[in-house]
Amino acid sequence: MLSTLYALLFYTASVLMVVGLALKIRKYARTPAPLKIPTTPAPTTRGGVVLRMAREVVFFESLFKSNKWIWLFGYLFHVGLLLVLLRHFRYFTNPVWWWVELIQPFGVYASFAMVAGLAGLWARRFLVERIRYISSPSDHLMLALLLAIGLSGMTMKFAAQTDIVAVKVFFLGLMRFQINELPMHLPLLVHLGLVAILMIIFPISKLLHVPGLFFSPSRNQVDNSRDKRHLAPWAAELEK
Amino acid sequence: MVPLDDDSKKNDVRGPTGHPLEIPRLACGAMADLESYHAKPAHNEPLGFPGELIDDWKEVAIAKIGELASKNRAFQVYLDACVKCGACTDKCHYFLGTGDPKNMPVARQDLLRSVYRRYYTFAGKNFPWLVGARDLTREVLDEWYNYYHQCSQCRRCSVFCPYGIDTAEISMAAREILDTVGQGQKYCNEIIAKVKDVGNNLGLNPKALRATLEDLEEDLEEETGISVRLPLDEKGADILLITPSADFFAEPHIEGLLGYAKVFHAAGVSWTISSYASEAANFGMFIGSYENMREVSLRIRKAAQDLGVKRIVFGECGHAWRVAYSFLNTLAGPFDFLDQNYPIPQHILEFTHAEIEKGTLNFDKSRNDEYRMTYHDSCNVARGSRMGDKPGGQFEIPRAVLKAVCNNYFDMDRDTIKESTVCCGGGGGLLTDELMDLRTKGASPRMKALQQVTEDHGVTHMAAICAICKTQFSKVMPKFGYEMDSVLSVHQLVSNAIILDGQQTADDTSEAEE
Repeated sequence: MLSTLYALLFYTASVLMVVGLALKIRKYARTPAPLKIPTTPAPTTRGGVVLRMAREVVFFESLFKSNKWIWLFGYLFHVGLLLVLLRHFRYFTNPVWWWVELIQPFGVYASFAMVAGLAGLWARRFLVERIRYISSPSDHLMLALLLAIGLSGMTMKFAAQTDIVAVKVFFLGLMRFQINELPMHLPLLVHLGLVAILMIIFPISKLLHVPGLFFSPSRNQVDNSRDKRHLAPWAAELEK
Repeated sequence: MVPLDDDSKKNDVRGPTGHPLEIPRLACGAMADLESYHAKPAHNEPLGFPGELIDDWKEVAIAKIGELASKNRAFQVYLDACVKCGACTDKCHYFLGTGDPKNMPVARQDLLRSVYRRYYTFAGKNFPWLVGARDLTREVLDEWYNYYHQCSQCRRCSVFCPYGIDTAEISMAAREILDTVGQGQKYCNEIIAKVKDVGNNLGLNPKALRATLEDLEEDLEEETGISVRLPLDEKGADILLITPSADFFAEPHIEGLLGYAKVFHAAGVSWTISSYASEAANFGMFIGSYENMREVSLRIRKAAQDLGVKRIVFGECGHAWRVAYSFLNTLAGPFDFLDQNYPIPQHILEFTHAEIEKGTLNFDKSRNDEYRMTYHDSCNVARGSRMGDKPGGQFEIPRAVLKAVCNNYFDMDRDTIKESTVCCGGGGGLLTDELMDLRTKGASPRMKALQQVTEDHGVTHMAAICAICKTQFSKVMPKFGYEMDSVLSVHQLVSNAIILDGQQTADDTSEAEE
């Protein structure tokens, strides 16, 4: 019964996340940027822009320039999350890919970095007057959600282990449209429920910073306005 | 004699000299009541906006948010992407100067983002309390007016945002929404109306302009003993100079104009000013109006065509150079009728720098020895444009020219120059007397950085390449212990140092030569 419920939950969450994100990305892609507004100094070539974006995505370059504490906590969290996510591929692949095997030990301990980063970010929302001022309930809840996902996951790894083989059978089954038995284990049910919630709110929350970064004109535009004329379709209409 | 003695410092608005970027405690509501003068119908209507607040302002404003989000990717993405990380919270000079939390970039964005969320997002429509969404009310509209006219659109926050969110884009959009419902700002809209009518921000007609330029030619002849021209409306000239109209009447701007004239003279090029497009400034950018910005830009295109010039060169003006460098090709291009061997448009500093590299200009640097200089990077030049071929040329070229004409040059604190430069406090349509309190407070980070180099290196003067910066500093510097003429045009220093062929040199400098 609960297995069916979770199966439906994950199907729904996956569809909402994928379709929601696709719609948002389509909207960003289709909305014209009427003017050249890269924050200068900016690269003068496409290749340069790719490098600039890569530095933003991989190193959080602008954030590093801005505030070392936010960078440290944000970076710990994001890198930790990335490793943890990659580690989770083992529950969706059979046989497990070699590089997923390789990062297993790092992925396990990355959860500590992830949780430490989240705790640091959340502490700043209380301790730093300016950040307290700009925080909405949803900003706190987002951190609570991610922290709860991290901690429930760590509980299963380091304290109350779940029947991980059965969990893998459940998810491999879902990928083939079969519903297998999910272990009735509280930390697991909490973990999976919260992950589904995170997936559902992804396209309607500030998690849109993930696709948003790639569409940010101040970062992704080439500084070549004198050499190449840039004209939005609606602006071209004005010239007729 | 700069800075003034200690007694006068006691009356300064500044506190004890601190770090330029020292973060204040929050002072909620400190600037809530600061309201710049509203535009009258006569200012709004020529721009295509309703004269005063329309009856269905709420519906129109909400619809305008949606329209702008669909026409401008930056606005749409920036409304969605912010995670409230707080990286920008200490980056705005107005926040640093006032402590008002609504002058923190993210909080300023949220004034509009909260309304966008209420009407355009699932979470905001259904759970407004959760995501800080709120209804659009008259109070909110008034709050927009006051706080979006406390942003100089300098883009400093966008440098430090992990997603490049640019508060200037939000502030421009907010002002366009306000204009659309009849809540324009007098300072900006009156000026744009004047440009459309007469051709410049001052409303200086061609006859007066010609008389001014003739007077300046006489001054130049008196100073140098040779004829240095300031041509107006001369068909067939090679270069059309587009410069801020402040260069025709205000100090130290005018000294810069004389500098351009001397450089053109020494370079042996023919040039002209246009009475039809006698303005580099384009306040259409400040109010976020593509249509108005385009209309003002098209005057430049028409002037260039009518006069049959081959090149367009812009004088010293910050936001004008952003519009020229980044937008002119979009708004008024393509410029296929101009000489493609030169950048279109070109900055006067690019021109002067190229002449220095070629070795065509003779300088006596000692003529600027009375000055110990630093340089204020104007925000729009620094973060919204470029000079030369390489990224960062907008920082290197002005410094290279300054060092070619001055012996004593010192940079201010690294965190307050180049791409991290702090705004003069008067840009973005805020250079109006009723905002003087904000302008003074907003200038304090820059002034503290200046005080540091005054203490460390005995710096006496600061050069700038923006008409707004120059006017703003000459107004606020006295409040920080400097004389009002402590801000100089870069081309004023060029003008001081340049020795033209056949020029008589003043007696008191002859000893310094050789």
